[in-house]
Amino acid sequence: MLRRLQDSPHFLEIVYQAVYRMLSPFQRWLTPGGRAEGLFVGLERLSKGPLFDCRMCGQCVLHQTGMTCPMTCPKNLRNGPCGGVRLDGTCEIYPDRPCIWVQAWERSRRMPVYGSEILQLQAPVNHSLKDTSAWINDFHLQQKMTPVGWDE
Amino acid sequence: MRSGRFAVTAELNPPDSADPQSVYERALVLAEVCDAINATDASGANVHMSSVGVCALLTRAGYEPVMQVSCRDRNRIAIQGDLLGAAAMGVRNVLCLTGDGVQAGDQPEAKPVFDLDSIALLRMARMLRDQGHFLSGRKLDVTPKFFLGAAANPFIPPYDFRPLRLAKKIEAGADFIQTQYCFDVPRFCQYMDAVRDLGLHERAYILVGVGPLRSAKAAEWMRSHVPGVVIPDEIVRRLSGVPPSKQREEGKRICIEIIQQVREIAGVSGVHVMAYRQEELVAEIIEEAGLLPRRWRSELGQTNPCEEVMV
Repeated sequence: MLRRLQDSPHFLEIVYQAVYRMLSPFQRWLTPGGRAEGLFVGLERLSKGPLFDCRMCGQCVLHQTGMTCPMTCPKNLRNGPCGGVRLDGTCEIYPDRPCIWVQAWERSRRMPVYGSEILQLQAPVNHSLKDTSAWINDFHLQQKMTPVGWDE
Repeated sequence: MRSGRFAVTAELNPPDSADPQSVYERALVLAEVCDAINATDASGANVHMSSVGVCALLTRAGYEPVMQVSCRDRNRIAIQGDLLGAAAMGVRNVLCLTGDGVQAGDQPEAKPVFDLDSIALLRMARMLRDQGHFLSGRKLDVTPKFFLGAAANPFIPPYDFRPLRLAKKIEAGADFIQTQYCFDVPRFCQYMDAVRDLGLHERAYILVGVGPLRSAKAAEWMRSHVPGVVIPDEIVRRLSGVPPSKQREEGKRICIEIIQQVREIAGVSGVHVMAYRQEELVAEIIEEAGLLPRRWRSELGQTNPCEEVMV
């Protein structure tokens, strides 16, 4: 069941879109460090944990990385596969695991809505956001996720 | 490179030594035949003299180094400081890498850092150079004048993402590209077709990684132990087809043939020779591939009077 969900990126991106739209009207009340944060952290752990092996980096980019968590890459790469992928598509460091970026790329090809966003430049991870709610941060802390002048 | 002349860079393997002379000995054999010397940054996650140290020695002696910077061992604070320090020491070329995992080296118990990835590192270096501030936004008094480079590996999956990833690197700031060892020329041709379709060869100088294989055994070892190196079976078969005493010569010949083949591919600006523990072969390879003389080489960016004759 989980496996099937993980391999249905087209479905997951619709879910992402729906959740985003559903939460948008409430963003005034969803503040970082606010009362809802604890609840959201719990919800994210419960949902994204089993589904994506989420590491709670607090700055989710799943819809831009083929609905595959880049923090599960042993090098935490957020901008694409390293130069060490094995010919059979497994990880340079753990030969018994698939390269998550090979998976991310294949899955992004099956995502009509956000698939092309895999080409966006991702800013370095803001480690101070670890274990906070990515959904809440997405509304309020965009400036903390991109360094000054990053998009210039 | 901007002169349009076919460029040659070579890799210097930093010594396990605190003696500057050991760096100069290695640089001497390379400098005569190449335009710039790459100083690796603990390649394969094995510790050697640091790339910033090697580069400082090289610039002192008037060589043109390419400082390799990997994200494995240092966080963003250390890397930004090293970039400024290197620039102050006269380093102008920086190759931004993610780096092999610590597990590839002889100290797998070390903490892998990977605070940045190669693309974030490129973007950050470009920020220092073009925008004149640190990642935090704090202004620099004097900006470094870098020629920024990135690595590419066209030979491994996901194949159709590789050219797009190159585009990402160029967007992030790469002015030149050095590829992983090329032993599979047909695969590289396919890659370059896609690169030209995207117009990337006009936005960055692409140098193809090449190098001699010492023996069939070394080739087998390399392809199973060095992350990202792909050596097709026919190359290994060709090497094992000659007696062991002739394999070194055959490896050199294969390397020269590959240089001559990739040189004909549109969009290729040069080669990057990596001859691990065989530095003395680099001069022979470059000479026999017909890439000499290089002595009239001028400063980066200046055109050369011999250019038309040479091309």
